[in-house]
Amino acid sequence: MAVARTRAVALTGVDGALVEIEADLANGLPAFTIIGLPDAALGEAKDRVRAAAANSGVDLPSRKVTVNLSPASLPKHGSGFDVGIAVAALATTGMLDLDRVADTVHLGELSLDGRLRPVAGVLPAVLAARRSGARLVVVPWGNRDEAELVPGIRVEGAATLRDVLALHGAELDPPAEPVEPIASPPLTDEAPTAGDLSDVIGHPEAIEALQVAAVGGHHLMMLGPPGAGKTLLASRLAGLLPDLGPDAAIEVSSVRSLAGLGVGSRLITRPPFEAPHHSATMASLVGGGSGLIRPGAVSRAAHGVLFLDEAPEFSGAVLDALRQPLETGEITIHRARTVARFPARFQLVLAANPCPCGQAGTGDAECTCTPNTRRRYLARLSGPLLDRVDLRLTVRRVSAVQLTGEAEGALTSAQARDRVVAARERTRARWGDEGWMLNAHVPGTPLRGPKWRLAPGDRALLDRALERGAITMRGYDRVLRVAWSIADLEGDDRPRAEHVGRALFLRKGI
Amino acid sequence: MARKDVLGRTGEQLAVDHLTALGFAILDRNWRCSLGEIDIVAREAGTTVVVEVKTRGGVGYGHPFDAITPVKLARLRRLAAAWCAEHGPVDDLRIDAVAIVANRDGVVVEHVRQVA
Repeated sequence: MAVARTRAVALTGVDGALVEIEADLANGLPAFTIIGLPDAALGEAKDRVRAAAANSGVDLPSRKVTVNLSPASLPKHGSGFDVGIAVAALATTGMLDLDRVADTVHLGELSLDGRLRPVAGVLPAVLAARRSGARLVVVPWGNRDEAELVPGIRVEGAATLRDVLALHGAELDPPAEPVEPIASPPLTDEAPTAGDLSDVIGHPEAIEALQVAAVGGHHLMMLGPPGAGKTLLASRLAGLLPDLGPDAAIEVSSVRSLAGLGVGSRLITRPPFEAPHHSATMASLVGGGSGLIRPGAVSRAAHGVLFLDEAPEFSGAVLDALRQPLETGEITIHRARTVARFPARFQLVLAANPCPCGQAGTGDAECTCTPNTRRRYLARLSGPLLDRVDLRLTVRRVSAVQLTGEAEGALTSAQARDRVVAARERTRARWGDEGWMLNAHVPGTPLRGPKWRLAPGDRALLDRALERGAITMRGYDRVLRVAWSIADLEGDDRPRAEHVGRALFLRKGI
Repeated sequence: MARKDVLGRTGEQLAVDHLTALGFAILDRNWRCSLGEIDIVAREAGTTVVVEVKTRGGVGYGHPFDAITPVKLARLRRLAAAWCAEHGPVDDLRIDAVAIVANRDGVVVEHVRQVA
C-alpha cells in the first residue's frame, strides 16, 4: 500500500551519512516494526513514537507499519531518529505532503508527550546533511541555535511533533494550551578561563618556552620537582594560543556537540584545554566505547592543549596510543562494524617529576630514590613519544628572591597572545602558500633545502651537535623548526646563531 | 445477557452481513470445541476462511485489532485445525479478522485478510 520516505543522519565520529527512513503501511494486524540495524535505544523508538503520536492527537494507523532504515548495513545509534520515524510512519496515512517529507532531514528524540528533546551531535549532523545536498533540516527547538551555525541550509526548530507535522502540511486542530519547548541542557563552561600568565612568578625561560610552543605548535615537556609551578605554567598555554579559525572552530564545536557538552548559539573560538587525570583509560583518552563511539580527550583537545600532568604515572600503553594522533592529527577508531574518525591535532604538554620522590636535582632536599628507580621512572615515557616533543624544559623551584623581586611588569596573557599572533602571521606569510600554517608542520627537506637553509655560521652549533652524535637527524630538523619559531617570536626574518643555540638548549634542556 | 455480550452478538451479525455482501458463503457460526470458539467459518472462492470478529464500543482502550495478540492467533490456528479435523480436509485455509467499532457516531467495519 502506501510507502513514505524521509531522511535522518547517522553519525560515526564527526562524519555523518544520510539515512533514508522508509515506512510502509500494509494491511494486517496492528504492528510497528523497525528494521535496519537499530541499537537498543533506537529499537525502543517504536514505543516513544506510538505514545508521542497519540499524545499529539494523531494516532498511528491501526495496521501493520514497517519502518526501514536504509542503508541497512550502517549501524545506527540512539534516539535521534525518533522524529524521522514518526514523520515517515504518519506520512503513510496521506496526511502529509510526501515530496516535502522526503526532502527533509529530521533530527531529534521524542518525549512521550509529543515534544522534541534535544540530542547530542546536531552540529556535525547538520554539516553532514548539508554536504549530502539536503536543503531543509528539522531539529528540536533546544538545538536550533546550534543547527543554525551551519550556513547554506534551512533550519526549522520544532517544539513538538505537531509543529513538525504542521510544517509538512498536516491540518491539525490548534493545541488546547501552549506548549513549553524542551530547552537544551545548560552549557557547561567553555574552557574555564585558567588564570593569567602574569600569575606566574619567576620562570622567565619557561614563559619564553611557552610562547615558542604557542607560536610553532610545538609539543612541550616540563620536568621539575613538586611545587615548581609546572601545572600553573601548562594551564596558561591555552590562553596564549590565538583564536580558532573558522574551520577549526567548526571542528572543535562539532566534537563538543558529539561529547554532549552543548555548543550554544555561537561557534567556539577559544582553543580547548584538556587535562585528564593519570588514571585515564585508553578509551577515555583516544575515544571509543561499544556501539556509539565517543570522542576521547585527544579529540576534545583538538586545536587546543592536551596536558598530561604526572605523565609517567599514565599507563604506558595509553601514552603510546598518542603517537599516531600526534603524527597524523586525527584519530581513527576501528570497531568490527564501523570506523570512526575524530580530529586530534592537539598540542601536547607533559609534566613530570624527575623521580618518584621528586627531589632529584633540586638542590634543596636529598633525593631518596636509587639510580635505578630514577631511571625507570622516566623510562615510562617511551622514546618514540619523547622524540615527538620539541621543547623539553627543566622547571626549578622559585626562590625567595624571585618572589619579592619581579612581581611588577609581568607579561600578561593578552600581551603574550599578541606576540604569538604576530609571530604566527610571519609564519603564515612565509609558508602559508605551501600549506604549512605552523612551524611544527613544515617537513624536514625544505627546511634543509637551498631556499630556507641557514647560513653555515648560523647553524654551526647544530652541525657540530649532529657530528658529535648528540642529536639525530630527526632531532636536527626539530631544532630547526623551533629556531624558526623563536625567530618568528622575536620578529626576525631568519633564525640567527643565537636562536639556533636557544632551540638546541630547549631540545636538550633535560 | 450482559451488555458486552449483546454488543459482541450484534458485531458478529454485522460481520456476517459484511462478509455475505462480499460474496462469502457462511459455513458455520459460533462453532465450539474444547479449545474454544470460532466466530465465523466462511468460504470465498475455494478458500475456507476462519474469521475472528472483535467488536468494541469505542477505541478508548485501543483498537479492536490490538486485542488480537500472537497468543490469540495461535489459538485460532489450532481451532482452524480442529474444525478441519471434524469437517474433513480443505484445499486452502486462511484466517481473517474483522473489527467493528460501534459508537454514537456510527459503525465502522474493518476487514483484514490473511492475518495468520
